[in-house]
Amino acid sequence: MITLTVNGVPHQVDAAPDTPLLYALRNDLGLNGAKFGCGLGQCGACTVLVDDKPAFSCLLPIAALAERKVRTIESLGTREKPGALPAAFEAEQAAQCGYCIAGMIMRAQALLERTTRPTEAELRAHMAPNLCRCGTHMRVLRAVRRAAIAMGGGVRNDAEDAL
Amino acid sequence: MSALTRRRLLGQGALVVAFSLSRRAMGQVAEKRPTLPGDLDKFPLLDSWIRIDADGHITVFTGKAELGQGLKTALVQVAADELAVPPAGIELITADTARTPDEGVTAGSHSLQDSGTAILNAAANVRVLLTEAAAWRWLVAVEEVELHDGAAHAPNGDSLGYGELAAMLSLHVEAKPNVARREKGVRLIGTNLPRVDIPAKVTGGVAYVQDMRLPGMLHARVVRGPSEGTRLKPADFDAVARMPGVVQVVRDGGFTAVLATQEWQAIKALQRLQSAGWDRPGAKLPAEDMREAIRRLPSREVPIFDDPGPPAPADGKVVRARYSRPCLMHGSIGPSCAVALWENDGVTVWTHSQGVYPLRKSLAELLRLPADKVRCIHTEGSGCYGHNGADDVAADAALAARAVPGRPVRLQWMREQEHGWEPLGSAMVVELEATLADGRIAGWRHDVWSNAHSTRPATAGGLLAGAELDPPFPRQVPRPIPMPEGGGHRNGNPLYALTNAKGTYHFIEQMPVRVSALRSLGAHMNVFAIECFMDELAQAAGADPLAFRLAHMADGRAREVMQTAADRFGWAGRAQGGGGRGWGFAFARYKNLAAYCAVAMEVAVDRDSGDIKIRRVVAAVDSGEAVNPDGIRNQIEGAIVQSLSWTIHEAVAFDTTHRSSFDWSAYPIVRFDALPASVEVHVIDRPRQPFLGTGEAGQGPAAAALANAVADAVSLRIRDMPLAPEKVKAVLRS
Repeated sequence: MITLTVNGVPHQVDAAPDTPLLYALRNDLGLNGAKFGCGLGQCGACTVLVDDKPAFSCLLPIAALAERKVRTIESLGTREKPGALPAAFEAEQAAQCGYCIAGMIMRAQALLERTTRPTEAELRAHMAPNLCRCGTHMRVLRAVRRAAIAMGGGVRNDAEDAL
Repeated sequence: MSALTRRRLLGQGALVVAFSLSRRAMGQVAEKRPTLPGDLDKFPLLDSWIRIDADGHITVFTGKAELGQGLKTALVQVAADELAVPPAGIELITADTARTPDEGVTAGSHSLQDSGTAILNAAANVRVLLTEAAAWRWLVAVEEVELHDGAAHAPNGDSLGYGELAAMLSLHVEAKPNVARREKGVRLIGTNLPRVDIPAKVTGGVAYVQDMRLPGMLHARVVRGPSEGTRLKPADFDAVARMPGVVQVVRDGGFTAVLATQEWQAIKALQRLQSAGWDRPGAKLPAEDMREAIRRLPSREVPIFDDPGPPAPADGKVVRARYSRPCLMHGSIGPSCAVALWENDGVTVWTHSQGVYPLRKSLAELLRLPADKVRCIHTEGSGCYGHNGADDVAADAALAARAVPGRPVRLQWMREQEHGWEPLGSAMVVELEATLADGRIAGWRHDVWSNAHSTRPATAGGLLAGAELDPPFPRQVPRPIPMPEGGGHRNGNPLYALTNAKGTYHFIEQMPVRVSALRSLGAHMNVFAIECFMDELAQAAGADPLAFRLAHMADGRAREVMQTAADRFGWAGRAQGGGGRGWGFAFARYKNLAAYCAVAMEVAVDRDSGDIKIRRVVAAVDSGEAVNPDGIRNQIEGAIVQSLSWTIHEAVAFDTTHRSSFDWSAYPIVRFDALPASVEVHVIDRPRQPFLGTGEAGQGPAAAALANAVADAVSLRIRDMPLAPEKVKAVLRS
């Protein structure tokens, strides 16, 4: 048994110590947010926060997480009461198939917890580890900008510099 | 129909379902009927599409599937609008072989045209029947009855819910043609109704087949070599069967799957089975670039179009160019997945296939079951953009589940399996020749070489597992898709007013690598070539690219789309291209029968690195009546970004033994740091005009606008995709 602290709650997980966190979250804890995309740390569909930093849950063995705090999109509110980022993604209709979106939201959450006033270039660089195949990127950026404002900050527009 | 008859029909529910899902051709009435709109013509019975329970609950059925394109929302809007109910009053059932009409595959930007039109007209018919029932009950004229909010309202204030009205009549009747649409009241069509599927997707709800967890469910992995055409060497199956959590190793001919209690256990068993190495039993792959390789194979000439006209004058200026693209990957972010449950000598498969009915037929053959013992239920997956691993993984899951009757099996492909085994978008070559006389096009020849653009399963031989079982099922023979839709020749006939113009599709049957439908099929390449060539011709004629296009365009809606994109972009006021900055424009009407789309783009090319930065993209689109304008914008924005990724970043790589683009490091796609600075989409609404499919309309114009902008920036034309930095740099040095 390995103890995992997920969204503030300790859970006993009966799985091999080398099991990546992703499978424990999805199959043992029944959390849907983190998705299997590549298992290689290349696409970000599995992104969660570990001790407030974005991490690829497909690469982290659960044995390494006993003392660490894991957060998933399920901690950012509910359908009825969504948090700032989920609400902003909904307001901007920032999804097509949506498979990548939970990972996008968690990566953006890490940024906005660090600063609610990033520059556009920082925002784009920060989001670069996460892939989207539908081409919803422009809406994802709009949603993060909207959430930054809702959180009392705002993304500083240096779009020209960003290029 | 009387209430008694209605009750009698309700008492024979199963029979009603079976009959309402039967095709018109199988119907019992032989008389000739007028044509009905969309897929209503194939399934004319109203209750194939719409049912209303006695409590007023409305269920709408579509044979099309949600692929992330917003289909569910748009169809709810269409039905709710015409039935005058709030969107929450509609329960929508999508593609399910036990419940919905067989509308083939959800592809080709057809859903709104085929299913949306059917539902719209079925709803109009139902609304008329409800109105008539209310008028009859109240003994008033039908004009005096008003329908809104799920009830009929009489002039004296009386009201009757749809449920009560529906109980007075039967929807098991054929639709009438030309039923007028609702005139009065609040409209839903044309509004930006928020997508019904997004709330679950942004809050960690159950949203995908990947999220299904059935009681007692096992996790499975299919065991294959690193890519299509390879084979694993024999492994120690007994040792793997003894690994922790492994329930069974399923082997059937060359098909192998592992089933385990936990997902990670199945993955470890897979890795163990893959560790013995692999070989390539068949012919080696060509060593040269795939587009050159297929160009050398035998081809069959398929005419695309032939518009005769006076021959071009002998002193005309002849311009020729050759364009090409490599093989491209669908590259779904989520590897394909299916859940299958084998019970009572049959199987139920939850699948993100684009075609549940063709899949059912293929699975029935593969599993040697009657079709009615196979049920395929569409359940959302990661976006597919065409024929990816969805159907194959459904077969893999069904074969795995057959070994453990009564236990649900969830089987997902690994990343390397999706990259290695998905059918690719075919490599293509286009050669164009035109003659200019007095600044106008006086002759046009279009030749396109390509493999098939659809090898979707229609038989067991269209599934990967079909070739692995012993004996194997015969492979499907690919065929060209006929015009006006076309496959490799899709959009090979320019919408421009041309005479003395001819197009030929050189269809190459022999496929060195597995290929199939990729979003927009041949249109990405044909529009790229035609629209690049229009710029080359404009340059040769000394004309502005937009003015040259407009001078050859008679279609008023096409002209308006081009002019709108140009005006919103500020085309007329743009600076002179060159010195690394450039402006490009492109247009196409998808398939010459779906949405019109024009794209204008500004780029900056770094002459040292060859890197293309996209400063601004402005698009205009005419999708006919815009059911959900924001949904259209979302599709076109996505099409532009995806097409830019294809056109700048992507090419599937091979060596002679296998496909070497095995993951995102070996097949990079666009990331956030390489995006356009801005993308704007302007929707031109055409109320009461037919819906025009939009999902694939942007692929070609975006690719060509980019290449035209790059040519404007560096005064050199790059005709072979991808426009990768190394290639741009090499061209600049040459």
